[in-house]
This record gives sequence, C-alpha cells and structure tokens, in this order.
Amino acid sequence: MAEAARAKPKPTPETQHFWDGTKAGELRLQRCDACSNVYFPPRPFCPSCASRKVTAFKASGKGKLYSYVINHRPAAPGFTPPYAIAVVELDEGPRMMSNIVDCPQTPEALVLDMKLEVAFEKLDDKITLPMFRPAKG
Amino acid sequence: MRRNSVAVVGAAETTELGVIPNMSQIQLHADAALNAIADAGLKLSDIDGFATAVESPQQVCHYLGIKPTWVDGTSVGGCSFMLHVRHAAAAIEAGLCKTVLITHAESGKSMIGKLPRSIPADSLQGQFEAPFGVYGPPSMFPIPVLRFMKTWGITHEQIAMVAVVQREWAAKNPRAMMKDPITVADVLNSRMIAYPFRLLQCCLVTDGGGALILTSTDRAKDFPRKPVYILGTGESVETPMVSQMETFNSSRAFKVAGPLAFKEAGIAHKDVDHLMIYDAFAHLPLYGLGDLGFMPYEETGKFIADGNTRPGGKLPLNTNGGGLSYMHSGMYGMYALQESVRQMRGIAPAQVKDAKISVCHGVGGMFAASGTIIFTNEK
Ligand SMILES: [Zn+2]
Repeated sequence: MAEAARAKPKPTPETQHFWDGTKAGELRLQRCDACSNVYFPPRPFCPSCASRKVTAFKASGKGKLYSYVINHRPAAPGFTPPYAIAVVELDEGPRMMSNIVDCPQTPEALVLDMKLEVAFEKLDDKITLPMFRPAKG
Repeated sequence: MRRNSVAVVGAAETTELGVIPNMSQIQLHADAALNAIADAGLKLSDIDGFATAVESPQQVCHYLGIKPTWVDGTSVGGCSFMLHVRHAAAAIEAGLCKTVLITHAESGKSMIGKLPRSIPADSLQGQFEAPFGVYGPPSMFPIPVLRFMKTWGITHEQIAMVAVVQREWAAKNPRAMMKDPITVADVLNSRMIAYPFRLLQCCLVTDGGGALILTSTDRAKDFPRKPVYILGTGESVETPMVSQMETFNSSRAFKVAGPLAFKEAGIAHKDVDHLMIYDAFAHLPLYGLGDLGFMPYEETGKFIADGNTRPGGKLPLNTNGGGLSYMHSGMYGMYALQESVRQMRGIAPAQVKDAKISVCHGVGGMFAASGTIIFTNEK
C-alpha cells in the first residue's frame, strides 16, 4: 500500500502566481499600489482599501516564529509526529502557516520570535511548498 | 432588538448524551426537538420558524414535518446556535414568525449519518494551511495559545486549572461524561495531543443534541415553564484560517460579539451572575474573560487559578462541566445555551443561587466566528 501523502495545494487563477513563485524559488506577496498594504493570502484586490491595482513582488523570505503547536495526534497523512505546525510572521507584515525544517521539533528548540528564513520543498513538478528554517547568522 | 422582547419557552437536550450508537444524526435532531416541544407544551404544528446548522433546514424540517414561514441555516461552527437565537429574536420582533425551533445534533462519536467534513485542495485553507499538517481541531485551535501566553504572562499551570475547575462543576452534574476529580499534575501529565495541550485540555468527543423554542415575551406567560428572556445579543466572524487572525493575543470575533451583547443588554460586568464561555480547548475561557472585558488579559490565568470560577467562586463559569467534562458533540454552543437556560430557570444540577443574569458566549471554528447571548429571568 502506498504511504498516504501530504495534502497538496491546488492553485486557482488568483493564487497561481504564488505557486509559480515558490517553484521559481521566490516567496511572492502582493502590495497595493494605492495604499501600500502588503497582504496574504493572494487575491487580485487589496483587502484594506478594495483597490484592484495590486502588484506581486518577491518578499525577503525572512520572518520570525509567531506561534506554533507540536502535533502528536492525530497526525495528518504524510506527517510523522511529533511535528510543529507554525505561523511565521514575515518581515513584510503578513503571517503564514508553515513547517519549521532543520530544527528539532521541541519546545526547547522552537522559541517564539526566533528568526526564520524561507526554505523551499518541492513536492512535485507543479507544487513547491514554502517552509522555514532557523535563519543563519 | 428590544431588551426582553423575546423569550425561551422550551429547552431540552437529547434523551441520552455521550455515546448513542442506536441513533443517526438526523434522529438526534428529532429527539432533541421532540423533547423541547414537550417541554414547551407545544405541538410540532405550532412551529412556524426553524433554524439549524450543518444539516440543512429543509432536511430537518421535512424529517420533523414542520412547515416554516422563516428559516435560518446559518452554519458558522459551534456558535451557530447563538446566532440562531439572535436572528430568531429579530425575526419574531419583525413579525416574520411567532414560534421558532432551533435544533442541533451531532453523531460526533458514533458517526452515524454524519455529513463528511472536507477541505477542498483549491480552497484557501486547502492551499495555505492543509499542506502543513493541520488535521482536525486539536492541531489548529491551540496554535495561538503560545503567543497568548507569552504576551500576557500566562502559565501552563494556570491553563491546566481551567480543566481542573470544570471537572469540579462536572462532578455535580449527573449527565456529565467525566466526573472524577483531577489535579493540575493530572492535566500536565496526560497524553500529549498538540503541544502545549494535552488530552485533558481538549474537549470530549460525544454524541448528542439539543433544541430551543423561542417566542415573543407577550406570549411567553402562557407557557408551562418560567420564561427566560433574551436581554442582549452579539455576533461576528473573522477568518476560517487560524493563521490569518489579526492577532493571537485576543479574538477579534469575540471582541465584536461580546461587547455588542453587553451594550444591548445595558449591563455591567459586575451584574453577571453566571457565565458560559465555549471551551473546546482550555485556553478559550481565558480569551473570553479578556475579550468580553471582564478583566485585563494578564489577570485571566490567575483569576481562574485562584478559584474565582469554581463552585462557590464569585464568577461561576461553565457550570455544566463544559466541553472539557460535560459533553462536546462537535458544535457545543447549543449545550452552553441549554445550561444558561437551566440556570435562569433555577433547575441546573449545579444551580447558582439567585442567579438573574447569564452570559453565554460561543465560538465557531478556530476563533472563526462568535456569538454572545445574555439571558435574564427578570423582566
Ligand atoms: Zn489598498
């Protein structure tokens, strides 16, 4: 029997640029041309001022650990517990859910506000996930 | 809406609570509805307004044989029933219907006739949360709590006390699932579910249901039970994605719904005799005490740890034992409402003496939605 796989995102017309970005090794956010608001998740208008004039840009990929759980049970398909489910606060402002790689999945190693940087993990030819690891230096 | 213009005149839970392997989810709706109809001294044909969540109103109305002139299928998670009460009160006041039945039921444990819940891979949750290993409420609901604890200086022991105190209430309630006393050490040594939360800080998974019947206060005096009036109401939603909450230091939906209800009721916090805060997980009462304005967030953990919410304390909280110890079929809001109604009728197993005002605060999803109902037994 094949091992159950991790839930895989299916892009929509409004989010395709984000997934094209991760595939190309870029974390893309959107900025409103009218009010400069930077937001996530993707949508073709500004959720702050409703302007449709928005521009995708390559984010720094840097952020900090905002909060997390270390999930023990039940584990999602494709995951071996215990594993951390984290929310990362990006330097540009928005937060996103992710996993923390290259780091023990323990409360001692996962310290709130620790600096993180994006690390891409290719799932298949279409989808690459944005993960985060402790920032170097 | 006007204060006290609408009243609860019927309230009941399913005949059994807990593990009910001999009943499907739709029949649990019917069992609760029939019990509430009997409680109100009504016939099903007297019902002209209907609300439910998850199951469609047409499904339950057809099963029960109800012909409504007003329906509400608001389905925003476990607090949907608080929203139904608010909407029903407005509908009765507006003359859209006279007698509203609200039902909840869930075969949460036995899973008989339960609708599947799935997250489409092309939804925003499917793209930006599911791939990172969230899998059911225990992996999602506690995600904000470490930030909340750091910001407000809340300790693991204080949050463990939420479960300890609610077990004290449950011990007084013959229908509670879990009645044996527990200690902070028991909580902190129970099986890890999703750090920092352990088994005893997570809600039960059970079968059951409940139903309420509302009508105008003018008509309420003709019913067999002591009417319980609706003094104030509030509701809001934030986001279905826990990762996208404005902040983890509080709940925006709580901060909208709660104060709306207090303002409508025209009461101060010191007027509250009895409080229900939907406790799917042990951190929710802390958020609720802060977001509803009972005290600064920094004091919420100490307030509970010091025993202020336990039997005999100055602010009795979750007096049925809560989702942690009473029951939790998946959408607990109905059971919180039932306990508030029992307290206002003066018939609760752990009755708060002379209680006149009860605040009942619910959550839907993972802080995704909120509804607050303030009840009173005095006009
Ligand atoms: Zn804008």
